Formats: sequence, structure tokens, C-alpha cells
Amino acid sequence: MVHWTDEERQAISSTWAEINVEEVGHQALARVLVVYPWTQRYFSTFGNLSKPSAIAGNPKVRAHGKTVLVALGDAIKNLDNVKATYAKLSELHSEKLHVDPENFKLLGETLIISLAAQFGAAFTPDIQAAWQKLMAVVTAALSKQYY
Amino acid sequence: MTLSAHDKELVAKTWTKIAPKAAQIGGEALGRLIAVFPQTKTYFSHFADHSASSPQIKAHGAKVLGAIGQAVSGIDNVSASLSKLSELHAYNLRVDPVNFKLLAHTLLVTLSAYLGAEFTPEVHLAWDKFLALVATVLSEKYR
Repeated sequence: MVHWTDEERQAISSTWAEINVEEVGHQALARVLVVYPWTQRYFSTFGNLSKPSAIAGNPKVRAHGKTVLVALGDAIKNLDNVKATYAKLSELHSEKLHVDPENFKLLGETLIISLAAQFGAAFTPDIQAAWQKLMAVVTAALSKQYY
Repeated sequence: MTLSAHDKELVAKTWTKIAPKAAQIGGEALGRLIAVFPQTKTYFSHFADHSASSPQIKAHGAKVLGAIGQAVSGIDNVSASLSKLSELHAYNLRVDPVNFKLLAHTLLVTLSAYLGAEFTPEVHLAWDKFLALVATVLSEKYR
């Protein structure tokens, strides 16, 4: 069981309340595809990913970014049991999608960077620390059903 | 993974933008490192205050970013630009190289916080590659 302090819960929920799920999801996913281009291997059906501008304007990237962030919202609503909340998603990523779990870390990193871009100085070190912990918990939960 | 001419251009352009605030940015990046990855405190046990908000940590972060600035000026031969620092890290400091990646991450977060929308995915990519190169150079004499 993950132990969350009140401050961590507050840091996560107050940030979450202010983000545009579609926009941040889009940014985070677009960054992964640009900064770590080998991740494009999972998106061969997404059409044009040939340059950063294509990725930024790609509607499938935008839609998928939103899907991912909506799922993150489920984890945030269930901070005390992320593993159970993500059991099916974990199985999906392992059995159907065959995604290397390393990618969960990469997306976690770009999400943090996207939050920093949106919030600037308001994304304090302590708030960042809470979100990094959340990313680690989410990564562990998504990796749990792999075998 | 080598730096393209475009990567170098983006790194240099960013540096010009942030140079006036380099000390602050460096200090914040190191402060974030301590806050987010508290195990990194172990390298600063000789500071009286090695918390994330410590003035000593901030001063040290400023130094670190200054050195990165030197690498930016000498971006065509980072190995030569950072040669002395490479030896220092190999023989004196012996910081485990895994930490270079952690500091690169908190520096990217700090740059993102300062630059906002200007820290585009392409700028992010160029800096990610550049900082990976710096890390490689700093650890190249370790063994």
C-alpha cells in the first residue's frame, strides 16, 4: 500500500483541478514522440509523425493523449489503490499492446515537464516531488501484470 | 546519438535567453534534485544545510549551470571543454553517473518552468541530447 501524506494528496489534486486534460495529454504524448522518437513504433496507425509539426497537429495523437490523461484521472481518484484500479490496463499493455514498460517512465517524465511548462514557478519542487511519486506509482501499477 | 547542427543551434539560442538568469536556474535545478530525489543529498553531506532550499545548494547549482554554459560555448567539442571537470568527477567526486540523468531531468523541468511554451518539444529534444552528451563526457574517465 502506498502511503500518501496530506500534502502530497493536496499537491496532486490541486494541480489536477487546474489542468486541461486534453491539452496536457496532447503535450505530454507529443513530447514523447518527438524527444524519444523510437516510441513511434507503437503508433504505426497514427498517420503522419514525420516531424515535430506533424506530431503537434496530428488529431490521433491529440485524441490518444486525452485517453491517457483521462486514465490518469482514475489513478488520482483512487490513490490508495492504484494497483487494483490499473490491473486491467496493465494486462492490456502487456498482452495486447506489447508496450515496453520503460515507456511508462518516459511518458511520466514528459508529463512532469508539460506541467512545469503550464504552471511555471507554481510547479514548486514539493509539488513536483508529489507528482514524481505519482508517476512512479502509476508506472509500477501498469507494469504489475507483465510476465 | 550525436548533436545535429539544428540541435546545437537550439541549445545556443536557449542559452542566450536564459543566461541572465543562469544562477537562479542552476540553483533551482539542484534544489529540485534534492527535493525530488533525496538520495542525492548524500553527495552534499559536507554542506551545513543540504536541504532543497539551502543557499549552499543554490550556490552550487549556479556553479554547475555555469559549467554547462561553458559546454554550450564549446559545443563542437564538449569533451575538450569539460576535460578538467571530467577528471574531477572521475578521480575526486566520483558521483555515480546515474545522478547525471536525474539532474538533467530536473534541469529540463526548470527550463520548462522558466520558458513555458518556448520550451517546445524540439528545444526539449536538443537539450535532452546535449545533457546526455555532457553526462557521457563527465563519466568518460571513470574506468
